[in-house]
Amino acid sequence: MKSLQELKKLITENEIWRSVFRHGYTDTPRNRVLQIISNVWLHLHPAKVREHGTKIRFTWCMGGITFFIFLFETLTGILLMFYYTPDVNRAYADIVDLMYVVPFGRFLRNSHRWGAHAMVITVSIHMLRVFLTGSYKPPRQFNWVVGVFLLVLTFLLSFTGYLLPWDQLGYWAITVGTNMARATPLLGHEGPFAYILGMEANNDIRFALLGGTSIGAPALLRAYVWHCIGIPVIASALMMVHFWRVRKDGGISGPL
Amino acid sequence: MAVSEQRNVSVEIKDDKVFTWPNLVAKEFLAAIFVTVGLLVYSYFVDAPLRELSNPGQAENPAKAPWYFLGLQEALVYFDPWFAGVVLPSIIILGLIVIPYVDNNPKGNGYYTFRERKFAVSTFMFGYIFWYILIYIGTALRGPFWSFFWPWEEWTHDFPTPPPLHNLPLPVGIALLLGFYFFGLVLPALINRKFFNKIGIIRYVITMGLMVTMFGTVLKMFLRLAFNIKYMIATPWINI
Repeated sequence: MKSLQELKKLITENEIWRSVFRHGYTDTPRNRVLQIISNVWLHLHPAKVREHGTKIRFTWCMGGITFFIFLFETLTGILLMFYYTPDVNRAYADIVDLMYVVPFGRFLRNSHRWGAHAMVITVSIHMLRVFLTGSYKPPRQFNWVVGVFLLVLTFLLSFTGYLLPWDQLGYWAITVGTNMARATPLLGHEGPFAYILGMEANNDIRFALLGGTSIGAPALLRAYVWHCIGIPVIASALMMVHFWRVRKDGGISGPL
Repeated sequence: MAVSEQRNVSVEIKDDKVFTWPNLVAKEFLAAIFVTVGLLVYSYFVDAPLRELSNPGQAENPAKAPWYFLGLQEALVYFDPWFAGVVLPSIIILGLIVIPYVDNNPKGNGYYTFRERKFAVSTFMFGYIFWYILIYIGTALRGPFWSFFWPWEEWTHDFPTPPPLHNLPLPVGIALLLGFYFFGLVLPALINRKFFNKIGIIRYVITMGLMVTMFGTVLKMFLRLAFNIKYMIATPWINI
């Protein structure tokens, strides 16, 4: 027992350890505060929060889980990018390789796919919780607006990923989805009043989304870039605002 | 003297704050572990779908969008694409955005309550549940050519020809639609003066305009199902 104490002392009471961990682990109020504010990841949180914010029966933990799944998707997505080429001649074969050749490739792809579905579900339950607790009420009106944009971005993230396997499922799902764009009033060539702006199949809003008049190589590349870079960057920026505003508006719920 | 009074006041404020470490962080950590384990276990047993190589010459039948958009695709049965696929989702997004600005009820800020905000909660829940009902129909009950099948029926290409659809005469359709919006906007204000006065005319018009549109969308579906009406308003430029 005594030698264990000495060993602990040996490990922790030296310059190297102290340079990494700036405070002790003894459970004191001071250390509880330092644990949060001296940690770059945890200092997203304030040192103290209102009690209801820690109750799972109040928050359902859905906002946090949505953010966590976003991180999970980022990690699995980066790994998938090592094995996938957004080229119409290779994309499908790369996915088949992932399913049958790459070690743990099937597991990796499955978890990315199911994580994406889970994120759509958790973000929508999070919105329901925020509504039912009236957490959009002053002073949090603007953060609700940011949240609505994040909801839409979650849909778009999942939607752009749907095309990437380049199989029949994704191809026709994206066909159905983007065909809606050509019916946009004024801006789509089959939409009402499109003739006013002279919209044709090769200059309307669907053309801009697909980079062509049908889903082909440019559409796959666009889906890939939006999915892996464009939308994650925009969503990350909005998430920073979202979390920052939770802090600045005095926690997740309740009047100031 | 003034200082000590101020101190007394601050003491009276109820401090319900707790330390983030470990009260919140421990739960977040556990939630992250459970989600990870859940996703990984599910991914181990269930494979993500992958069909044959895409073929622009051979359409899937039925061709379905991802499940979270199937509510909108289901709305395509009842509306033209410009409404079901573009205007309706835009209205939904705009409607969600304006919620905090039109709901000026100060009660229910930060706790669950139905009694103190009956109107807000029931309207939102109606839309939320209806969205998922449409998704369920579009996902589970629509087979080849987007024809309807009950869960216990097998999907076949051999289904009865749907009954012919007809349009309302143009003047009738326009009168019905205008009448619907007119009464939808005016009647509630006359019946519930207190509500109108409480939220003011601008909030009232936005709220009721959105709500009447939501119920109108549902009613149009009902007209189609019950009376085989395709369009209320059919013109060479736009159909509703």
